[in-house]
Amino acid sequence: MSALGVVGGVVQPLVVVAGSPIVVGVMRQVRARLEGRAGAGIGQPWRDLRKLFGKEPIAPRGTSEVFRFAPLVLVATTLVVAVVVPFVTTESALDPVADLFAVVALLAAGTVALALAGLDTGTAFGGMGASREMTIIALVEPTLLVAIFALSVRVGSTNLAAIVASTLDDPSRVISPVSLLAAVALVVVIVAETGRLPVDNPSTHLELTMVHEAMVLEYAGPDLALVELASAMRLTVFLGLLANLFLPWGIATSVSPLAVLGGVVAVTVKVTVLGTALAVGEVFLAKLRLFRVPELLAGSFLLALLAVAASFFLA
Amino acid sequence: MNPIGAALGGAAAVGLLAAVVAVVVPQRVRAWAAGVGTAVCGAAGLTAGIYALSGTTFFLTLPALLPLSGVTITVDALGGVFLAVTGAVAVAAGVYGIGYARHGGDGRVVQAVFPLFVVAMLLVVCAASVGTFLVCWELMALFSLLLVVAEHKRRPEVAEAGRWYAVMTHLGMVAILAGLLVLAAHAAGDSFPALRDAGRHLPPAVAAVVFVVTLAGFGSKAGILPLHAWLPRAHPEAPSPVSALMSAAMVNLGVYGIVRVGFDLLGGGPRWWWVVVLALGAVSAVYGILQAAMSTDLKRLLGYSTTENMGLVLVGVGAAGMFASGGNRVLAGLALAAALLHVVNHSAFKTVLFLSAGSVLHGTGSRDLDALGGLRTSMPATTAAFGLGALAASALPPGTAFVSEWLLLQALIHGLPASGTITAIAMPLAVAAVALTAGLAVATFVKAFGVGFLARPRSDAAENAQESPASMLIGMGIAGAACVGLALLPGLVLPAIGSVAGRVVDSSSPMLADAVTVQLVGVAGSLSPLMLTIALVVAIMLVIGVVRAVAARRARRAARLWDCGAGPMSARMEYTATSFAEPLQRVFDNVLQPETDVDVTHTRESSYLVEAVQYRRQVPDRIERRLYRPVLALVAVWGSIGRRLASGSVHRYLGYGFYTVCGLLILLVVTR
Repeated sequence: MSALGVVGGVVQPLVVVAGSPIVVGVMRQVRARLEGRAGAGIGQPWRDLRKLFGKEPIAPRGTSEVFRFAPLVLVATTLVVAVVVPFVTTESALDPVADLFAVVALLAAGTVALALAGLDTGTAFGGMGASREMTIIALVEPTLLVAIFALSVRVGSTNLAAIVASTLDDPSRVISPVSLLAAVALVVVIVAETGRLPVDNPSTHLELTMVHEAMVLEYAGPDLALVELASAMRLTVFLGLLANLFLPWGIATSVSPLAVLGGVVAVTVKVTVLGTALAVGEVFLAKLRLFRVPELLAGSFLLALLAVAASFFLA
Repeated sequence: MNPIGAALGGAAAVGLLAAVVAVVVPQRVRAWAAGVGTAVCGAAGLTAGIYALSGTTFFLTLPALLPLSGVTITVDALGGVFLAVTGAVAVAAGVYGIGYARHGGDGRVVQAVFPLFVVAMLLVVCAASVGTFLVCWELMALFSLLLVVAEHKRRPEVAEAGRWYAVMTHLGMVAILAGLLVLAAHAAGDSFPALRDAGRHLPPAVAAVVFVVTLAGFGSKAGILPLHAWLPRAHPEAPSPVSALMSAAMVNLGVYGIVRVGFDLLGGGPRWWWVVVLALGAVSAVYGILQAAMSTDLKRLLGYSTTENMGLVLVGVGAAGMFASGGNRVLAGLALAAALLHVVNHSAFKTVLFLSAGSVLHGTGSRDLDALGGLRTSMPATTAAFGLGALAASALPPGTAFVSEWLLLQALIHGLPASGTITAIAMPLAVAAVALTAGLAVATFVKAFGVGFLARPRSDAAENAQESPASMLIGMGIAGAACVGLALLPGLVLPAIGSVAGRVVDSSSPMLADAVTVQLVGVAGSLSPLMLTIALVVAIMLVIGVVRAVAARRARRAARLWDCGAGPMSARMEYTATSFAEPLQRVFDNVLQPETDVDVTHTRESSYLVEAVQYRRQVPDRIERRLYRPVLALVAVWGSIGRRLASGSVHRYLGYGFYTVCGLLILLVVTR
């Protein structure tokens, strides 16, 4: 556990928690402007959270501790990921946890907690959301792991700090076919995992199309605030992961305050740019039918497999 | 005296004694005798295994015990792993059996056979000659068969499951017998050291025949495709502690057989053997979990999940063989260690899962997930145990299987730069198969836990469920504690497993593990499940603290669920296991080929008005339909042809005898 790692472990979760609602606000604002609306401003998600935290907690009848515990697990898993993944500093506070498999599995564990909460309510909506979410996650997992495989082959390790450091050492790798194919595959997977268009529409409450929103339909007050905060954090974490796996420049390699500040600014800028690009893309996309989503994911799986093949045959 | 010998002798003596006592004593105390005997047997086996893992070996020959070949027993470190696992499972199942047997299944034979089954399994891994091995293997098969058919009088489907199991297990036995006899024919004797000497100098064709034939036999015991058909039948129908023993201990011995014959007796072999093993493992894993995802019978689901996990183990074994034949001993050790760790982990969580499924069956009388639900209030301990097992089985941190699947993926990922086009094609596909399996396993166990235990009860049986007696809960608790231990502190078992794996493939131990971190040797990689769990707990505490500080301090108010304003929702409005799995079923439509029937009955007055709609859905096991049906049909035809010979006339039968003797005499005359 190095000093740099400790600094990262303290700064990163603070940046992610504070910044992720802003990222969501920016994305909504971009969408609103492109659709010709004024928009609510980038601070609206934080205002919503403040409002929700001020409300009384609700326990729907017939739900158990699983329902009440799930938002905590969801936030906690994302928080641990925010601590260990190199967003701001190259070294990780908990190096033996900063493994790509562990990070991916942690994020999946959060989703599972929420799906169980959806089932726990015993409503048709909860079950429907959980069922759809689990279907998507089962199909996302192979793509994600094969893409990780492609990225880790050249480094010889699945440790995130090692992958980031090796890209910093040899920038030419970024434009290799392996990286590009893996990046496209990862983008599709991240869109699916964070429930954005065209896989899921975060702003819908139409029963036929809901996935994530159907699972969290029964949450209100502070619980809902946690769920909303967690989904914003997950989006930020995934975008940050994408940014730093392929374009790690600007990340702090020393403990000096200037370097750390530079790291914070760099990751903020990268995530904001990626989020804006995602929001712009969403304006032009319609939601896919649920049963067309597997085709999209199969396509991205193929790209990930091609990335691995390229890493072997072009090496 | 050798501690292993003492422990094994003790296990055999206690097992026999418990069997005799169970036959003699009255019904009241029978379950106690059998259960305690089984648990003590298991404890002795566990002790022997731990001694074997710590480096002690044991050798014993009893020439008089078995005619012609005698009994030869050797315990080495590889056997020690399986001894310890079998023993540990038996401890949990034995304690659990005390409470379980009181509610049916406490017949004399069943209770007497229970400890004997454990003894037979312990002896299989100690056997060191072909004769001893086959006798122990057959004893294990027979005892398990008797246990599977324990409830055949009450439920007719048990008898059918028993027939499938009997036929398949004996076909497997025939394959193993044939393979080992071919090998023994080329050796100086039938003891394993003699086979080992001969195995290294066999002609490649003979070695390949031995390997493929024994692979079929051991694979069928491990529930590997396409010889898995008995497994999802026999495991659900057996009494639950027996299901746990079979699924968590007996199927492992199939893996033991493959490793013992492939690596130890035949000394590795060419790469294509292991490509076959890897491919079979990957296909079994994906197919098994896909069928599990579709199952609505809780124990059938767990049975298919056993096929899946044994598939994952064989992916590890196959990868180890590929690396070893390519000369990469370090990676081979790593892959084999991952496989063996997964064997251990699978045994731990499958014991918990089968025992808690048995507890559900005991409390509600149903295994049908579509009829369960809401058990968390009436059966809190069972719910907790199943939840723990489900987490452990679904490869999510901080679960048990996460550690072994992480190791497996590390071995596969580092294998790519190693060598060869075949490796370069096999490794990414294997990773994809493992990943798809992991993803589907998550969906499967969310379904099993979420639908079976959470939400509202879907039937009266589930509504009036009763928590199980203490002995059953203690049995689940023992297995659950093992799960937690393996998940948080894999460092306790990994050094031993690593050195066993290293020894099997002639390498050093592939990993260093202290109390906190697992560190790979030779390739980069480290993981700390304990640190991860502590970080998670700290994060949860932090979130609770922050929410307390920030959120409004008001008491939680109970409120109605969102019911679209239509009044309270009935249990029929809930998602069931079938509806939960429906999207997956549609996605994998081409693989599963489900059969759906919709019958619409119209009213007599008008064909526009519907009176009743009947919907039936079935997901048949496709392999069974394509592969077994034709064979069974052929056997039936053969049988009906054979019946023409048996007309019932005694004269004719005497005639058959006469002609046969004449034929034999002529044959002798001609050949002499």
